[in-house]
Amino acid sequence: MSILHWAVLAPFIYTLLIPITYKLLKRVHTGWFVLPLPILLFVYFSSNIGTTSSLQAKIASIPWIPSLGIDFAVKLDGLGMLFSLLIAGIGSLVILYSIYYLDKDKEKLNQFYVYLLFFMGAMLGVVLCDNLIVLYMFWEITSISSFLLIGFWNNRSNSRYGAIKSMVITVFGGLSLLAGIVLLYLMTGSFNISEIITSVQQNSIISHPLFMLGMICILLGAFTKSAQFPFHIWLPDAMEAPTPVSSYLHSATMVKAGIYLIARLSPVFAVSGYWLWIVSLIGIITLLYGSFLAVKQVDLKGLLAYSTISQLGMIMSLLGIGAAGVHYDNESIYYIATAAAVFHLVNHATFKGSLFMMAGIVDHETGTRDIRRLGGLMKIMPITFAIALIGSLSMAGIPPLNGFLSKEMFFASMLNIRDFNMFHLDTWGVLLPIIAWVGSIFTFVYSMILVFKTFTGKYQPEKLSTKPHEAPMGMLISPIILVSLVVIFGLFPGVLSNTILSPAITSIYGGGVYDLHIYHWHGFQPELFMTIGVIVFGTILYLSVTKWSVIYQAIPVVWNRIYDWLFGETENTFNKLTNKYMTGSLRTYLIYIFSFFTLILSYTLFTKDGFKIDTSLLAPIGGYEAVLSLVLVISTIAILFSKSRLTSIILLGAVGYTVSLFYVVFRAPDLALTQLVIETVSVALFLLCFYHLPRNARKKESIPFKLSNAVISVLVGLVVMLIAIASYSTKLFDSISPYYVDNTYIKAAGENMVNVILVDFRGFDTLFEIAVLAIAAIGIYSMITLRMGGKKNENK
Amino acid sequence: MKTNDLILQTITKVIVFLILLFSVDIFFAGHYTPGGGFVGGLMTSAALVLLLIAYDIKTVANLFPVNYIYVAATGLLIALVTGISSILRHKPFLTHAFNKHVHLPLFGETSLHTAALFDLGVYLVVVGVTMTIIQSIGEDK
Repeated sequence: MSILHWAVLAPFIYTLLIPITYKLLKRVHTGWFVLPLPILLFVYFSSNIGTTSSLQAKIASIPWIPSLGIDFAVKLDGLGMLFSLLIAGIGSLVILYSIYYLDKDKEKLNQFYVYLLFFMGAMLGVVLCDNLIVLYMFWEITSISSFLLIGFWNNRSNSRYGAIKSMVITVFGGLSLLAGIVLLYLMTGSFNISEIITSVQQNSIISHPLFMLGMICILLGAFTKSAQFPFHIWLPDAMEAPTPVSSYLHSATMVKAGIYLIARLSPVFAVSGYWLWIVSLIGIITLLYGSFLAVKQVDLKGLLAYSTISQLGMIMSLLGIGAAGVHYDNESIYYIATAAAVFHLVNHATFKGSLFMMAGIVDHETGTRDIRRLGGLMKIMPITFAIALIGSLSMAGIPPLNGFLSKEMFFASMLNIRDFNMFHLDTWGVLLPIIAWVGSIFTFVYSMILVFKTFTGKYQPEKLSTKPHEAPMGMLISPIILVSLVVIFGLFPGVLSNTILSPAITSIYGGGVYDLHIYHWHGFQPELFMTIGVIVFGTILYLSVTKWSVIYQAIPVVWNRIYDWLFGETENTFNKLTNKYMTGSLRTYLIYIFSFFTLILSYTLFTKDGFKIDTSLLAPIGGYEAVLSLVLVISTIAILFSKSRLTSIILLGAVGYTVSLFYVVFRAPDLALTQLVIETVSVALFLLCFYHLPRNARKKESIPFKLSNAVISVLVGLVVMLIAIASYSTKLFDSISPYYVDNTYIKAAGENMVNVILVDFRGFDTLFEIAVLAIAAIGIYSMITLRMGGKKNENK
Repeated sequence: MKTNDLILQTITKVIVFLILLFSVDIFFAGHYTPGGGFVGGLMTSAALVLLLIAYDIKTVANLFPVNYIYVAATGLLIALVTGISSILRHKPFLTHAFNKHVHLPLFGETSLHTAALFDLGVYLVVVGVTMTIIQSIGEDK
């Protein structure tokens, strides 16, 4: 176990302490005990930046299930470092924020921090594990802990709805990911990501028949986790979680797990044009759709949720375009897209984290997150306003903040597509920058709505439940740190580019160092004009938002409806279906059983050419047999047509005695004896049953005729008969009975072969048959004498 | 109306012994001629049932004061012990032992066989089971 292993497992181990501190030290907020862990992790990861920025990777592995190729292998390279720093860094800030956000007396803090640490450990596991199966395990733990955190206030039905929805969608994707991992294993023979990438570089798997299927399965996993269109619907409903959770899971880390997966597996799949097209198209559609719908939201967190969806779409589309770099060696122009993706990933985590915390503060101080009730808070909450302003401007892509830089790079890489002459990108690819540009205009609009509708305009104290005031300092620390990062990364992007971003790009595509320079001023390039266009059109749209926002009423909430419909309909349909065939009537079930029986047997008999008649083995028919058969057939048929139950019982007795006569004729005296006595006893028992029937049920009536019953019974009889004939006609080997004939006296000292077989050769069967008899007797005895409740046995 | 079962009861007194004897005969002859524990047990129960028909349940219960569930259990135990005893002789479970030529003081040359013990177990189980069933149904109102 290396330190890296312990770093992944530390949050899980740390959870054990939480209930103890919560119970013993009630007066201190549990969050204070949790806070050191992520800070420690952050320090640990930062201490390794030297390793990763020199393009080395820390690798460690311990065997877990070696026979299945599953090792707990961890690898800290550029990409892993980027994500680990995000997880630990924002984790620390979120925990600090939550200490002030969550009341220590009103909330179940022990549960909260256990879930949060579970999530943190799982997320570190996802980004650091090099083994896909272990990665999948941590992937599912993130789903489960996210489920628990969304439903943290589980007395609210909206929380439960949101938790279940996110669970269903992400676990659907998770299972699909598992399928993809297994398919990838079938193609490459390894679960280890590094080994898979090496083997793929040596011999491409693009022509493998499972390639497409594996790719789609993995993409489904990544898209559902990262809330890509049309699986984005769980994210807005996940906003029922406490705000620190939304800030941490649903903007900075968990939703980026899908992005991590796409980046990590790009070297495997990027050779395919489908990968490039699917990832960038879904991303760009998500960007447009998310930003378009964000404008409609009136809830601060709802708006931020759609904004997150949109920004994730942007990162996703950049990763898709970045895949083009695989086809063009030594042309950094395509790597700029990946650089933009990685850079924006960091930027988004900073400004979105701070914006969520801002929304939480507003909610905490005013009692509402509804934009329509908020306004004019600028003077009351100046620090929060500053946070919101910087965050939103960065999100909108205004210079000199970091959002501007990554947005410029985004436009640049979208425009670069035109030069790419593969997979129809040179013709249809021109659509991508247009959609991206339109999406960015909407991004600008909702960013403005977010900050100006909340903090400027008319102050409406009568609509607020509490009297607002500036938040306590402790609550403001985390967002202030985050917006400071927004500004620092905006002014000095160089601090990131060579230490963190460049190694991350290298670990996505391999190769040497990518000399990454992020400039504010590109000269008069098309992307600059696009940005100016975004600002101009965005301002116009923002100022006229009340006029054109009527179109949102015309747009139905399609995907949520489809989800709800699917859920409701599935339940209804299967309910109806089950009610239809599970009638509760034994007759119906018997019909199913017998129909299945006849169908399968006759199908097998005739398709496998099993039917055969061979008369050479048949014995001559004697007079007795003929007469007895006649009696048997007549009494059997008579049972069916008898009008009273008594007649049936007696006819059944007749059948039994005839059978014992058959035994006599076929020389089986033991059987004949037993059959006679048993038949007598069972007829007596039948009579007993008959005697105790309720008077009105004893009414004489014949069996009602049902055609289906008749058909099925005839078919069953026919099939059994055919099989009996066929099996008698194909005797494959001799009987073993000569052994018994020869050895009954020699080896078992008996002359009655039947009895010797019963008690000696195969006495084991007999032992259990008498056990069956004893059980039957005990059963009858207890059924009759032990009557729980109801009427007591008066005789005793 | 009170019925008089004199003829039935008198005949029963004679016939029950005949049936019991026959059942014992069938039981012991099982290894060589048709019969054995199963049929023998059923015959014995038949004799008891005849008693039940001629007299009432209480009389028969006084006559044979046994709990038939114990009879069945004893039978199972005997059969099981017969099987286990072979393990003690380092043979597989239920390996019977026999000697065809044993000289007993009263019977002369006799064949003894542990299969007979096993059959005794079967016999007792069958008697116990049949009588338990009939008695519980008969006592039920």
